[in-house]
Amino acid sequence: MAFIPSRFLREGRQLPAELEEARVAITELARSYGLDFFDTIFEMCTYEEINMLASYGGFPVRYPHWRWGMEYLQMQKGYEYGLSKIYEMVINTDPSYAYLMDNNLMVDQKLVMAHVYGHVDFFRNNLWFAHTNRRMLDEMANHAAKIRRIIDRRGQNEVEQFIDLCLSVDNLIDPYAPHIKRKRTVSEEEIERAELRRDEVQRMPAKPYMDKFINPPEFLDEQRKRKQAELEQLRSFPEEPERDVLGFLLDHAPLERWQQDVLSIIREEAYYFAPQGQTKIMNEGWATYWHTKMMTQDILTDAEVIDYADHHSGTVAMKPGQLNPYKLGVELWRHIEERWDKGRFGKAWTELEDPRDRRAWDTGAGLGREKIFEVRRTHNDITFLDTFLTADFCRDQGFFTTKYDPKARQWVIDSREFADVKQQLLQMLVSRGTPRVYVDDGNHANRGELRLEHAYEGLDVKLEWASTVLGNLAGLWKRPVHLDTYLEGKPVLLSHDGSEFRKHHRKEAS
Amino acid sequence: MLEIDRDLGRFRDIVKGRVRKDLRRYMSSGELIGRQGKELVSIPLPQIGIPRLRYGKNDQGVGQGEGEEGDGAGQGPQAGDSAGEHMLEVELSVDELAEILGEELELPLIEPKGERESQSERARYKGITQTGPESLRHFKRTYKQALKRTIASGGFDPRRPVIVPIKEDKRYRTYVIEKEPRSAAVLIYMMDVSGSMGKEQKEIVRSEAFWIDTWIRHNYDDVATRFIIHDATAREVDRDTFFRTRESGGTLISSAYKLAMEIIDKDYPASEWNIYPFHFSDGDNWSQSDTRACVELLQSRMIPVANQFSYAQVDSQYGSGQFIKDLHEAFGDQDVVTLSRIPNRDAIMESIKELLGKGR
Repeated sequence: MAFIPSRFLREGRQLPAELEEARVAITELARSYGLDFFDTIFEMCTYEEINMLASYGGFPVRYPHWRWGMEYLQMQKGYEYGLSKIYEMVINTDPSYAYLMDNNLMVDQKLVMAHVYGHVDFFRNNLWFAHTNRRMLDEMANHAAKIRRIIDRRGQNEVEQFIDLCLSVDNLIDPYAPHIKRKRTVSEEEIERAELRRDEVQRMPAKPYMDKFINPPEFLDEQRKRKQAELEQLRSFPEEPERDVLGFLLDHAPLERWQQDVLSIIREEAYYFAPQGQTKIMNEGWATYWHTKMMTQDILTDAEVIDYADHHSGTVAMKPGQLNPYKLGVELWRHIEERWDKGRFGKAWTELEDPRDRRAWDTGAGLGREKIFEVRRTHNDITFLDTFLTADFCRDQGFFTTKYDPKARQWVIDSREFADVKQQLLQMLVSRGTPRVYVDDGNHANRGELRLEHAYEGLDVKLEWASTVLGNLAGLWKRPVHLDTYLEGKPVLLSHDGSEFRKHHRKEAS
Repeated sequence: MLEIDRDLGRFRDIVKGRVRKDLRRYMSSGELIGRQGKELVSIPLPQIGIPRLRYGKNDQGVGQGEGEEGDGAGQGPQAGDSAGEHMLEVELSVDELAEILGEELELPLIEPKGERESQSERARYKGITQTGPESLRHFKRTYKQALKRTIASGGFDPRRPVIVPIKEDKRYRTYVIEKEPRSAAVLIYMMDVSGSMGKEQKEIVRSEAFWIDTWIRHNYDDVATRFIIHDATAREVDRDTFFRTRESGGTLISSAYKLAMEIIDKDYPASEWNIYPFHFSDGDNWSQSDTRACVELLQSRMIPVANQFSYAQVDSQYGSGQFIKDLHEAFGDQDVVTLSRIPNRDAIMESIKELLGKGR
C-alpha cells in the first residue's frame, strides 16, 4: 500500500459544519442535473498547502525532483504579490479529491464545489480519460517510493539527471492510443530465411546458349535488389512508424534496469496527464457551464450575488488578444445547447440562408441538454471546435485573428472571416501541442542509429530546443539520433551524435 | 515541514550552481546591483526549464472583442510557448551569495580580531518589577505572592482556597539591558570624482563596492558603510550620491584621506571597530607633494588603525595611473596595504580576489 502523509487525506478530516452542509446540498443538486461523478472528497488547505499540491500536479506525494520546488516558489511569489491565486484544484481519481483554500469566502467555496463536480463528471465520462488510472493517487506514491529507493542506491545527482533526460522527451508519446501497444512481430528466423532467399536468385531453366536471353543479367540484378530490399524491410524496425517514442525507447534503448524503471514511470505519468491537455477548453468550459447554472439558479443567496459576479467574471474575463479557455468553452457549450434546443441542425437549417429566418428559427426540439451530455462523452478540444464552431458563433462572439505588425510594433486585428478564425484556432490548438514525431527507423543505415520523422504541418520546430532534445535522446539511445523535419519550408535532417548537433539539408523523400 | 521543502532545497542548490557558474558574468555586468535588500539578493536567471520538442514562434493568434481590421489588438498571444523565455527571479540570501563568492574566489575567511568588538545592547524581558502595565503582568508570580500573603495573614482556608490578589501582590515582567559582544566593521569608500573618472569607471567601482560589501557583511555581525567623494576637496555623501556625482577640477587625494581619518577618529575607535578604507581612483594626483602627503598620512595615521588599506585603480583614458606606482614604491610588500589595478569590467573578479584575498 502506498504511503500517504497523514496531514492529507486523513480519514475523518471533516469540513466545517457550514461547508459540509453546502457540500451535501450541492452534491444532491449536481446529481439532479444529471451529472455523473465519482465520489468527491473535499479537503481544506492553507494557501501554502494548496500551492504545494498544485506544484505536484494535485498529488500530495510525487517523486523527488527540483522542478516541483521551482514551480512552488513561483506560485508562492504569485500569491504573495497578489498576482495569482488558485481557487480550486481537483484530481482525476476515484474517489476524486478536490482542495478548497481555507481563507476563501463561503460563496467562493460553493462556486468551487459546483465547478469541481463539472470536472469530475467530465473525468468520469469523457472518452479520452477512459484509460487513465483512477488509482493514480496510490500509483504516484508508489512511483515516489520506487524512485526514492533508486536514489538511495544510485545517488541523487545521477538519478535526477536521468529524470531530466526522460522529462525532456516525455511529450513524445501517442496520446490518441494509450491502450494500443504495438509490438515487433518479425522473428529472427524469418530474417534468417529471408537472408537465405536473397542468395538464391530464381532463374528460368534454359540452355546455356539461351541463358543470357532468358535470364538477362539486368533481370537477375533486379531480383537480387528486390530481395535485398525485402530483407531490409524485415530488418528495419518498427515495422510501422511508431508515435510512442517513449515506449519504443523503453523496449529497445540500451538502458540499465533502474533506468528502465524511471523511464516507465515518467511515461506512465505522461499518459495520465495527456488527456487533460487535450480537453482543456471542453473541460474548463463544462465546469464553468455547470457552476454558472447551479450558482445562479439554485445556490446563491441575495447577499452573495455581488461577490459571485465579481469572481465569476474574473474567471471568464478575456485579456485583449488572448484566448481564455473558460470563456471559449462555456460559450461554445451554451451555443450547442441552444442549437439543439431550437432544432438548428440538419438539412433544412444548413440550407437556410436569410439571416432573419436563421435568427427566428426554432423548432422547439428541446434536445440541448441531451446533446451536450453526448458531446462531452466523445470529443476532445480539436474535434469539439472543428465540429461545433460555426460562423454564427464566431460572429456573435466577435472573434478575429491577429497578427504582429512589425512596422507598428504591435498586434493588430487581421481578419474577421470565419474561415480564417477557425483555421487559426485549430492551428493554435495543434501548435500548443507537441509536434507529431514518429520513430521511423531504429536501425538507421544499419548502424543502430535512431531516425525520427516529424509529420510536418507547416510549423517549424524550435531549433534550439530541438537540438537539446535530440542530444538527450542520443543520451538515452547511446547512438546518433536523427530527425527529419522542415525548416522554413526546406527539408532538413537534424542530427545529434551525443556530443555534437548538426543540421543537414536533405532530399525530399519520394 | 512541508513535503515540498526538500524539492525546494534541491531547486535552490541548482540555482546556486548556476550563479556559481555565471559568477564572472554577474560580476562584470553589474546585474545584481540594486537588487540587494537587507538580507536577500534577487537574482535574475534565464528560466531553468526542461527543454522539450516544441513549435517555434507563432506570429498569428486569435482574439475576441471589438475593433476594425488593422486596429491594435492588445498584447497578442504569447510568442510561441512562452516557457523558457521569461526570466526567473530567485532570491538568495546575502550570506549564500557571499559563500559562493568566497568559494569561487577562494577567499580566506577574515580572521576576527579578538580585541575589536563593539558592545551592542539588547533589551530582553527577563526581570520582574512591582509596577508595570497590565499587559505584562506575570500571572504565576502574582498568584504566588498573593498566596504567600494570604497564608501569612492567616486568611487561607484549604477547603475554599480562594486567593484574591491586591495591588501589592502584583508582579510585572520587565526588560533588562544585556550587552552582547559583536564583531563590527566599518567600510569607508573613497572615490575620486574628478573629470577623468567617467561613467564606465564609476560602474566598475559600483560593482567592486557591491561585492566587497557582500563579503565583509558575511564576515562581521555589524557592518557600517561611509562614503567620501573627492576632487580637490573631499566631502562625505550618501551611497546614492557617491555613485552619481561627477565633478570637474583637480584631484587632491590627501583631502579624502584626511576626511576619512576624521570620521574614524570621531565614530570608529579602533578598539571596537575593524576598519576597512577602500580608495578608488584613476591614479591621477595633482602633485607629487600631495602624493607624499598621502603616503605620510597613511603611514602615520591610517595604517596603524586599519585592518587593511585598499587602493584600486580603475584605468581611464585620461589618468596617468601614477598613484598606484607611488604607493607601491612607498609600501612595497606591506601586508596591510593592498593595491589592485582594474583595466576593465572583466577584471573585476580578479581585482576582488586581490583586495579580499589576504583574509585580513
